[in-house]
Formats: sequence, structure tokens, C-alpha cells
Amino acid sequence: MSDGTDLTPRSRWLLLSPALAVLLFAASGPLLIVVIYSFLASGDYGGVVWHFSPDAWFSVVLERDFFTEQLGFADAHLSIFWRSIKLSFMTAVLTFIFGFPTAYFIATRPKEKRDFWMLLIMIPFWTNLLIRTFAIMELIRAEGTVNSALMALGIIDEPIQMLFTEFSILLGMAYVYLPLMVLPIYASMERFDFSLVEAGYDLYATRWQVLRRVIFPLVKPGVIAGSILVFVPSLGAYVTPRVLGGGKQLMLGNLIELQFGAGRNWPLGAALSLTLLAIVMVALILYVRAAGDDEVRHG
Amino acid sequence: MIEIDTVSKVFTGRGAPFTALDEVSVTIRENEFFTLLGPSGCGKTTLLRVIAGFIAPTSGTLTLEGQNLVSLPPYRRPVNTVFQSYALFPHMTVAQNIAFGLEMLNKPRAEVKATVDEMLALVRMTEMAGRKTSEISGGQQQRVALARALAPRPKVLLLDEPLSALDFKLRKDMQLELKRLQSETGITFVFVTHDQEEALTMSDRIAVMNAGKIRQIGGPRDIYDHPAERFVADFIGDTNFLAVELLSVEGDQARVRLASGAEAQVRAPQDGMAPGSVTLAVRPEHASPGPVEGATLAGALENIVYFGTDTHFHVMLDDGTRFVLRQQNQPDQAQTHRTGDRVGVILSPGVGQVLRD
Repeated sequence: MSDGTDLTPRSRWLLLSPALAVLLFAASGPLLIVVIYSFLASGDYGGVVWHFSPDAWFSVVLERDFFTEQLGFADAHLSIFWRSIKLSFMTAVLTFIFGFPTAYFIATRPKEKRDFWMLLIMIPFWTNLLIRTFAIMELIRAEGTVNSALMALGIIDEPIQMLFTEFSILLGMAYVYLPLMVLPIYASMERFDFSLVEAGYDLYATRWQVLRRVIFPLVKPGVIAGSILVFVPSLGAYVTPRVLGGGKQLMLGNLIELQFGAGRNWPLGAALSLTLLAIVMVALILYVRAAGDDEVRHG
Repeated sequence: MIEIDTVSKVFTGRGAPFTALDEVSVTIRENEFFTLLGPSGCGKTTLLRVIAGFIAPTSGTLTLEGQNLVSLPPYRRPVNTVFQSYALFPHMTVAQNIAFGLEMLNKPRAEVKATVDEMLALVRMTEMAGRKTSEISGGQQQRVALARALAPRPKVLLLDEPLSALDFKLRKDMQLELKRLQSETGITFVFVTHDQEEALTMSDRIAVMNAGKIRQIGGPRDIYDHPAERFVADFIGDTNFLAVELLSVEGDQARVRLASGAEAQVRAPQDGMAPGSVTLAVRPEHASPGPVEGATLAGALENIVYFGTDTHFHVMLDDGTRFVLRQQNQPDQAQTHRTGDRVGVILSPGVGQVLRD
């Protein structure tokens, strides 16, 4: 009955219309505008000039030397791309290193206690992102909690420069996105049958072998989901690198914002946005393919 | 082979401590099909898990061929388990499951392959080698679990109620299959079950457990014919309990006086008992209905229940005890007794068993 075949074409379109409207106006429409803008020339005071120009796309990776007019790679852009990919990857790895044992811990608690632990994981999520980021800033700045404590203990003589470095961005992103890693891993672990762990021990597997050969393969879908959930927003992160990078360590999100703001180069901003989208898609395809191959080999 | 000496396990958590094993001592012999039988919560699975290494005993010692097991983690014990839920690895094929233990022992590749093939043949699953464990039936999963546990050639195979999830017909087949595997491989089997019939048909020896203690150890015949105490007699098979007066004991023979005043020659536990009021256990098939004159006991026939292979007669004895008789049916047997009749109960000579309480 619910396969939809007994609906008239008209009522079918009617039922589909909310979803179509969202797709059209909230996803495809804006994307189309971004694509169009990326092929226009930039106005002097922001905005776009309505004639075709591929300049924005060239300046994503290339730039003309100010004095010699020589065409070369846009090192500033490329280093920001590289930093974004590197930091996002490291964020995913870092959240996995901390998130996996956390999820394991929670999943192995008695059933009635698990919700409590999940609540603790979720609480920071309800706090404003900006406030949490400033809290990190307070912890690691030169006169902040960590440096003061280390100096009081006599471990260091002068403050360690942690703020406005790649380290501080990494720390901030890992902190902010950790729940996105813990949740999907926990979801797979909760379904995991822990008698399999006993079976592993019984069949001469050590703790490490049980983890690698029994637990990990079965919770891998959760790890893949968590990695994607962390990597993708990290790549486009704006607030965290803005606050903790202090405008010195830009990431893609900041570079794009710059084009629409002080840079007054909307077409370049649009082209950079699409580049970010392309990087995400390529990364996802590579990742899912690699994870899938792995499944075939071990599965 | 396995020496279990005064092993206790007390679980302490929230609430009162729970004694799951209470100074259990037993020796399991080489190449033996040994069954731990008891109701749920009697400690049989706890004892099995202590042998496997998943539970550390609170006190007591456990040795296998003289080697102390207590200090060894499960993955260093030459012991494998067939789990009640099978616990097959769902991300591996049948063959990969069977190979797992051998790979963990770092056996050479060729040996792993040969052993896996041998095990697949042993449990008749060769055609299923490449299937995922979710693609085979419950009975087949059972065979794979057996093959996986047997593949590393453990000194002892532990089986935790492995047949409880199977339907009746399959369970009967697997009982014979298990017996065959045990004699073919020559490995000591320690089998946990709450099913007394399963225990009687498969075991070389049975340990009947209750409330954390082993109540009696013996061969199926011993346990069935000569239960040492009321719990064992009650748990295994059907039993009639009669209050009797113990007159004298000589070796394992005893004379008792029944409520009717008649005296009978019965068996008693070897360790001797003082004369006085005791309980006598009589199996339903060890007594038959007959004429009231000259019968040991008599009462009113309350009910006749036909079972196909045999017929049960429920008799209310004169002293108010209910007594069940079982008679094997013969073809063309005339129905001589009717409900409401007064019948005699004739005990076969020398069959009753005096019980310790």
C-alpha cells in the first residue's frame, strides 16, 4: 500500500513538493549562484560585475607577481589549503585517539549508567561555540591557566606560546568535534556483542589482538562515520581558527570569509568555496574507497 | 587431569555478597565426557568460566595436568569454549572463524589450512567454508562453534549449554554428534546443562550441582538409580518420596519399615546412616500396580495418564502421600485398572534408595 503506486501523479508531486522546495531553494539554488559568481568579475567595492571572467578560478591557485607580472603559484592560498587539510586530518586522528577509548568505556558501563556518561559528553555541545573557544583561549594564553600552573610549579621559566599557533587550532577543533567522533563509535559499540571478546580471549588472542581483529572490524562503520563527521566540518571551520589562530594561521573558512569581506573579491570567494567542496568530495571518495577495500580484504 | 580443589567464588557488588561456588572440589579425568548438571543459578556456568579463565576464583586451586591455571589469562590456557550464544565472529567466514585460534597461536599457514579443512570435514561443513556466519542456520552455527573450539586441539573443551538454542529434533542429533566428536578427538569435554536427560544420555560422569555445591558425582546410572540425597533424586527423573523408618544398615543395604507397616530391603548411601525417620526414593518405573492383597503399599487410583510408550498411574496412598507408577505399554494390553479403584503398589525387590537430607 505504501509503495506509492496508487497515488496519482499530481498528489505525488504535491507530497514531494516540500522536499523539492528545500532542495531547490536551500541547496541547489545557492550552489548555482556560487557557481555563477565564480565565473564573474569582481566589483571594486565588493559584489560582482556581470560579465564572464575565469580570473577568479586562476587566482585560486595562481597569482601574478606584483612587480614582474610573472605568473606563479599562489603560495599563500596553497599553504592555507595544505594547512586546512593537514589540521582537519589531524583533528580526525586526534578525536579518534581520544574518542575510541571513551566510546569503549561508555559502552562497557552497566546499561543504566551509559546515559549519564553520554550526557557528560553532550553537555559542552549545548554551550555556545564561541564561548567554548574563548574558554580554550583562556586556558592556553600566555598568562592563562596552563602557563601559570606550569610556571608556579617551576617546570617552565617563561610562558609557552600556545595560542595563535596551529597547535591551538588543532586543540580547539579536536575539543569542539570530539562528540561527533564519540557518538557514532558509541552507537556501533553499543550493538557490539561483548561475548565475542571472550571468544577472542578463549581462542588465544591477546588484548591487542582482540581489539584489532574482533572489536575494531565490527565497529569500523562507526569509526568511518565519526571520521567523516569530524573531518568535513573541520575543513570548513571558521570560528575556531579565527579565534585561536588569531588571524595569523588562516584556514579555508577564513580565507573565503576574507574574500567576501576585506578582500572584496566575491568571485574568488565563490571559487574558493567550490574548491573546498571539491576537496571534501575527493577526500570522502578516497576515504570510503580505502575503507571499502579494507572490508573486502579482511571481511 | 583437571584438579579443582576447594574452589569458591563470591560475587560482591551492590547488595549482599553472593556465593556462586562454595568450596567445590572435583577431579575431571582424561578423555572423559564430564557434565555439570543443575538448575539455573546453581554455579555450573560459574565453574565452567573459572576453568576457562573468565572468572577468577575467590579461593581454591585449579590445575590442569599439574599446571596451575589460576594465574594464567584465558588466552594462555589450553582450553577452548563453545559458548551458549556461539559467539561466532560475524565479520568472518566459517573457515576464517575456525582458523582464528590457530592464527592466534601463530601456526604456519599450511597447517592452519589443513586443520581448518579437517575440522570442516569433522563437523560436515566443508561446503559452507566460504559462507558468512549470518548465512547459515542455527544448527550449522553450532557446528562451526564446535569446529572453531576444537581446531586448536585444546586439552579440554568447555561447552556452555550449547544445545539449548536448538529445536528438539536438532538437539537429539547434536547430542549424538557431540558424543561422536568426543570419542573421535579424544579430548576431555566439560559440558554444562540444566537438562537432565541430555546429561544422562551423553555423559561418562555427571556432577549434580545446587546452590554452589556439588551434591553428587557419578555415572549416569549411579546418579539415576542411587541418588544420594533428596535434591538429586528430585532433580533427575521423576521420584516418589516416602517417609519411612530406617531399621538397620549393612554396607549399602538397608531395611526399612514403610508407613503401611510392611518392611522392605532397599539401598542406602555407603557412608552409613543412623536408624530413625528417613526418606525413601522410589522411581515410578520401579513399582507396578497390582492386587491390594500382599502389596507393599495400597491406595486409591486417582488418575491414569496414557503417554504412548507407557502409562502413568497416580495413586493416593493410605497415609496421604501421592505415588506415581509407570508401566510400559504392551500391544493389546487389557486395561485392568480404573480410576477410583483401590490398588496395591508392588515395589520391585531391592530398588528403593534411602536418602541423606
